[in-house]
Amino acid sequence: MTQTHSIPPEKPRLILIGNGMAGIRTLEELLKLTPELYDITVFGDEPYANYNRIMLSPVLAGEQTIPDIMLNDDDWYDRHGITLHKGVRVERIDRLTRQVITADGGSFAYDRVLIATGSRAFIPPLPGADLPGVVGFRSIADIDTMLKNCREDGHAIVIGGGLLGLEAAAGLIAHGMNVTVLHRNSNLMDRQLDPAAGRLLEKSLEERGITIRLNANTQNLSGVDYVTGVTLTTGEILPADLVVMAAGIRPNIDVALNSRLYCEQGIVVDDTLQTYDPKIYAVGECVQHRKQCYGLVAPLFEQAKVCANHLAQFGIAKYGGSMTSTKLKVTGVDVFSAGEIHAGEGHEEIVLADAARGVYKKVILRDNTIEGAVMVGDTMDGAWYFQLMRDKTDVTALREHLLFGQAHVGDAGHGAKARVASLPDSAEICGCNGVCKGDIVKAINEHKLFTLDEVRAHTKASASCGSCTGLVEDLLASTLGGDYSVAPSVKSMCACTDATHDDVRAGIYRHGLQDIRAIFGQFNWKTADGCAKCRPALNYYLLCAWPETYQDDPQSRFINERAHANIQKDGTYSVIPRIWGGVTSPSELRAIADVAERYKIPTVKITGGQRIDLLGVKKEQLPEVWRDLSAAGFVSGHGYAKALRTVKTCVGKEWCRFGTQDSTSLGIRLEQRTWGSWMPHKFKIAVSGCPRNCAEATVKDLGVVCVDSGYELSVGGNAGIKVRVTDFLCKVATEDEVVEYTTAFIQLYREEAHYLDRTAPWIERVGLPYVQRRLIEDPVGRTELAARFRLSQQFSQTDPWAERAAGKESHEFAIPLELV
Amino acid sequence: MNSTLKSAWYTIGQLTDIPRLGAKVVTFHGQPIAVFRTQTDDVFALNDLCPHKGGPLSQGIVHDHKVTCPLHGWVIELDSGSATAPDEGCSHTYPVRVTAGKIEIEIQNMAVIEPNTETLST
Repeated sequence: MTQTHSIPPEKPRLILIGNGMAGIRTLEELLKLTPELYDITVFGDEPYANYNRIMLSPVLAGEQTIPDIMLNDDDWYDRHGITLHKGVRVERIDRLTRQVITADGGSFAYDRVLIATGSRAFIPPLPGADLPGVVGFRSIADIDTMLKNCREDGHAIVIGGGLLGLEAAAGLIAHGMNVTVLHRNSNLMDRQLDPAAGRLLEKSLEERGITIRLNANTQNLSGVDYVTGVTLTTGEILPADLVVMAAGIRPNIDVALNSRLYCEQGIVVDDTLQTYDPKIYAVGECVQHRKQCYGLVAPLFEQAKVCANHLAQFGIAKYGGSMTSTKLKVTGVDVFSAGEIHAGEGHEEIVLADAARGVYKKVILRDNTIEGAVMVGDTMDGAWYFQLMRDKTDVTALREHLLFGQAHVGDAGHGAKARVASLPDSAEICGCNGVCKGDIVKAINEHKLFTLDEVRAHTKASASCGSCTGLVEDLLASTLGGDYSVAPSVKSMCACTDATHDDVRAGIYRHGLQDIRAIFGQFNWKTADGCAKCRPALNYYLLCAWPETYQDDPQSRFINERAHANIQKDGTYSVIPRIWGGVTSPSELRAIADVAERYKIPTVKITGGQRIDLLGVKKEQLPEVWRDLSAAGFVSGHGYAKALRTVKTCVGKEWCRFGTQDSTSLGIRLEQRTWGSWMPHKFKIAVSGCPRNCAEATVKDLGVVCVDSGYELSVGGNAGIKVRVTDFLCKVATEDEVVEYTTAFIQLYREEAHYLDRTAPWIERVGLPYVQRRLIEDPVGRTELAARFRLSQQFSQTDPWAERAAGKESHEFAIPLELV
Repeated sequence: MNSTLKSAWYTIGQLTDIPRLGAKVVTFHGQPIAVFRTQTDDVFALNDLCPHKGGPLSQGIVHDHKVTCPLHGWVIELDSGSATAPDEGCSHTYPVRVTAGKIEIEIQNMAVIEPNTETLST
């Protein structure tokens, strides 16, 4: 009897050499894209599954244990059908016969190879460097040796006063050893810090009991069968029970060299992370990309994403290099550094030094953009400077306050909560979702989280209003420690795509994309229908790009904009009719009162924007409520929409003895011009009749303050999560100019801000000088912006309430069918 | 408590009554049930109640075989009613079928009709 076996089609074989963070991260990204594509085998020369190497410092300091820092246990490999060879070193790749050859003589055929062999400690060729008791600081084995040789009052010598050396020193001092750091020149962490910052750091470390010897060069290491001393070039001999070599790291390229792959400092790869052999890819610290080798963790995550994209045969991602920042992970010693550290030609320096507080901050500028930052003692704003640097934001307007930190440029939200690392576990970080510091730290440790998005998903911290994002990023950095860098180079719109908001907006025009599906196709969306994040954004971008022709997609709108009312926590809706400039009349008030009574509306509330809110309306009642309001002359107040909300006014010179202009009429005129326009986020205007500013115009997206000689316009204010006072834009003489500048500003915001950016963060990103250039220095551009706004308004100023009261989209408001 | 489980199929309207990537609500003895239609015309029914804080799922944005709750953004799988990781929770689902363009939903009467008076009285 014959039996037939169905033989599964053979999958291509992918071999990963190096079981570290870079390689495994790439596999994780690959499995997300195509879980079934490859038959995967992993070789690691350490006897462990994958662990978090950047957490070795806290392990040494006794703050974490080895199990704490394991990332993927054996079970993970099993679950994904990955074969793991632990403790097996790969000798070379035979590229002719396509086989990976291991040190123990095994050979394994492949279709693709990924090399992620990382880096190793650079051990200077000193006499005695091979003695037992001399270790690097790269692996669990190194930590084991160090811990075994720790004893109270023993002598540890750390050679190298860079990031790793200082972390090793801080770890060893925690075990009661006498620790001396030998550094070859006069400046600790000289790759990241300038001399002033280096001195402050030195002082701070000496206060912790670490002896720092600068300009100290080692002649040799002495000892018979174990290291016992270090001789300096001056002839001085220092006693030693343990010597840690932290003189730098070098890409580990042995396998690549043995395989005759092209290498320079590292394995040379292109923007797709491919080596000179198209079957072989490489990622992480062993790689050299555009002449640059990285020794930090952030670039490797970016590389992993791109490499996975190509291994998955998508073939669209590109790695353009990373901008990196450094944070020293020694509890209680805060150091941050990014970009340039020494001012060169064309640079300007702004420095704040407060020796008594142990604080030093320096920012390096070129042409009003940040090119570098060095901070010691207070690194709260490191992430912010890094962001400004990465976005090349023009900081002219921030310059006065730059060194005092983000808390002093209008962000009053969390200014007082400086130094997240020193907060108790019970401190509430996310006020929206009630998430405490302890919850976040626990989630990061337990679930091995690395990115802001992962923390958001697991804890909900920073997932609502986002005002605590900086704090959460700081917590990530301080918990993950070491060289963890908080900001990836570009953020994609959402998990459905690698494209950024700017990519998509540009693509819509360049390729003339007319609907959401066309965007999905052009940018290779990974999901069939997008998600609740990207679809509303795309719908808005299309509406903004093609006001005359685009057919709005209601299913891609958040419920509030689909139902034209604001959903409440019990599923009922609120209705806010537009009250132009906040001016109403007895008959209008009577009509609202009648509606409230007729439909038994439970709550009637005066809003902060000088309007009246009817709360607790059932969805199916909405068209009738609207019909009655329409009959009394009301239109939608768009209190539910990413659109113009209110124009708040004071009574102005018509009544007020201080009023300088007719602020009420001007407010009404502005509201009539701008209502109905869809925007990236909600938009508020106010007009005050004099500098007493009773309409609070200086915390609106656009504020007009009337003065005797004209009108002062300011933009980018916000009184919400983060109080931010507007930036002064310009002063104009006539109401017509107010209208032109206002509409031009709105159009610029509509065309260039990312969806869900209020004007405040948008202006902080592009810089006020940019807005001034577009609106003030370019009068032709300004009139064109205003004209495009007028055109778009022709298609958006129809009252959605009247349309729906007349039957449009009736299925949306149908009474639910009762099943009996 | 009544121990016999009875179930019945109810017709709730035409497939085309619901826009693609949209939903409609029907009620069964006061219990709102959300019926979803996907881009590929698959139909799903589940209690119109997010397992997080009871938000009306029917009002959310539908994408692939998922819906995002309008209140706090939980993502619920339409076929199982489960929240996607790392959130945890589940909304009750109902069998549905489309016959000659009509959507039918199967409801087990028991659970909803019979008030659990025995438990209350003892």
